[in-house]
Amino acid sequence: MSTPLRAIELPELAASKAFRQAVDIAAEHAEDVDRQGRFPSEAVAALRSADALSWGVPLEYGGAGAGIDDLAEATFELARRCAATGMIFAMHQIQVASIVRHMADSLWFRNYLKRVVREQRLIASATSEVGVGGDMRRSIAAVTPVSNSAGDMVQFEKRASTISYGAYADDLLTTLRSSPAADSGDQVLVLTHFADMEAKPSGAWDTLGMRGTCSPGFVVRATCLTDQILPASFSSIAAETMVPVSHILWAHVWLGIATDAFSRAQSFVRAQARQNPGTTPPTALRLSELSSRMAEFRALVHAATQEYASLADSERRAALSTIGYAVRINNLKIAASEAAVEACQSALGICGFAGYGNAGPYSVGRQLRDAHSAALMIANDRLHATNAALLLVYREGK
Amino acid sequence: MSPTESRAVQSQTKERIRHIVREHAGLGNAFDTVDSSTDLYRAGMTSYASVVLMIALENEFDLEFPDAMLSRNVFASVDSIATAIESLQQVEQ
Repeated sequence: MSTPLRAIELPELAASKAFRQAVDIAAEHAEDVDRQGRFPSEAVAALRSADALSWGVPLEYGGAGAGIDDLAEATFELARRCAATGMIFAMHQIQVASIVRHMADSLWFRNYLKRVVREQRLIASATSEVGVGGDMRRSIAAVTPVSNSAGDMVQFEKRASTISYGAYADDLLTTLRSSPAADSGDQVLVLTHFADMEAKPSGAWDTLGMRGTCSPGFVVRATCLTDQILPASFSSIAAETMVPVSHILWAHVWLGIATDAFSRAQSFVRAQARQNPGTTPPTALRLSELSSRMAEFRALVHAATQEYASLADSERRAALSTIGYAVRINNLKIAASEAAVEACQSALGICGFAGYGNAGPYSVGRQLRDAHSAALMIANDRLHATNAALLLVYREGK
Repeated sequence: MSPTESRAVQSQTKERIRHIVREHAGLGNAFDTVDSSTDLYRAGMTSYASVVLMIALENEFDLEFPDAMLSRNVFASVDSIATAIESLQQVEQ
């Protein structure tokens, strides 16, 4: 494992002029991205200009060596303006972290990380599959040796139920069974370039919210080097990196959406107060209630981020593979996804018809629609079922 | 305990563990290929089955696994389970 070196402090990254520009551009196009259900190409181009796609790459390969807290803060700032852009940034960083933390001493992946820095390559992921019932930890498609190759080539074909921004990414990380004979739970992660593979969309992406992530299904077919298989089992990548980093960064997307809705509700209440100077509008009480819920939400998300930061690169890394940690990180996802919808719902209650409208400074329709995706991305019911089983052996607080 | 006795206890422990794995790890016919160092997860044990296995082991050996031990590595093979159980039994003695 190569430990990301920390040299650049957060303010320099998330407060850099280039990143602030990307945030402004995300804000400017958010409504159009949502309305047309199109990829936020302007914001992603601005993130590339800010070198933000390689923030998670360690300094020794030319990246910024950003930690989870840096990435979380940047995700939050983007999602407050455009949830789709925030989610795309988050998902890309999850793929980068999975490579950085599990590539061991692979020369191929070291060189690849340098390319990510140089070319600001955008990485998508294909962890879902038609036929496994939403269980990311099982695969049907398998890595298959290419006959006639010197044993250094493999191929695969996978029917992914969804690949976010698949039509706009440069590279793809795919979960597959490690061999044609392997059990469905014996998985590896393979990185391939879209330029060298076939990827056919197998459906449309016309959804209630998160419309700009453009996440239809795909059938992907590729031939690649065995070197492009990450040299770690997917189970350890999932436990130590992909699941916790996903839940933490997603939670920051949802916190960003809720914060946006809260700001709109607050502006609405202040406008009401200005109309009748000297009196506190009745909606102010609702805003205060929402404010205290937001404080809980922030505390929940920040505590989970700090816990991961304290374990991820320390000698306590093994603690990430314990049942106790799995229960806690699943709880973060469940609680944050519910808190986001509740916050947007409360903001709608405060703004009334001004919030229900699809335009204007008090509109919270987009935020509410975007927030509803949270409970579905890895269904909360699935996480409850997992935790229900884990709690049979894990004694909380013991 | 003499080294011979200790080895006998160890192999007895592993035999009991193997029995529990066969009953609860949900491996079906794949169990026939399992030896004491086989990675049970790679052999097809699901996360849920691993929880069932943990409960069955706690019953069989009359002990409770502490949180720090409830991890994938500890339940990955008959050998690693045996090491964990022996370390808990030593603490109790």
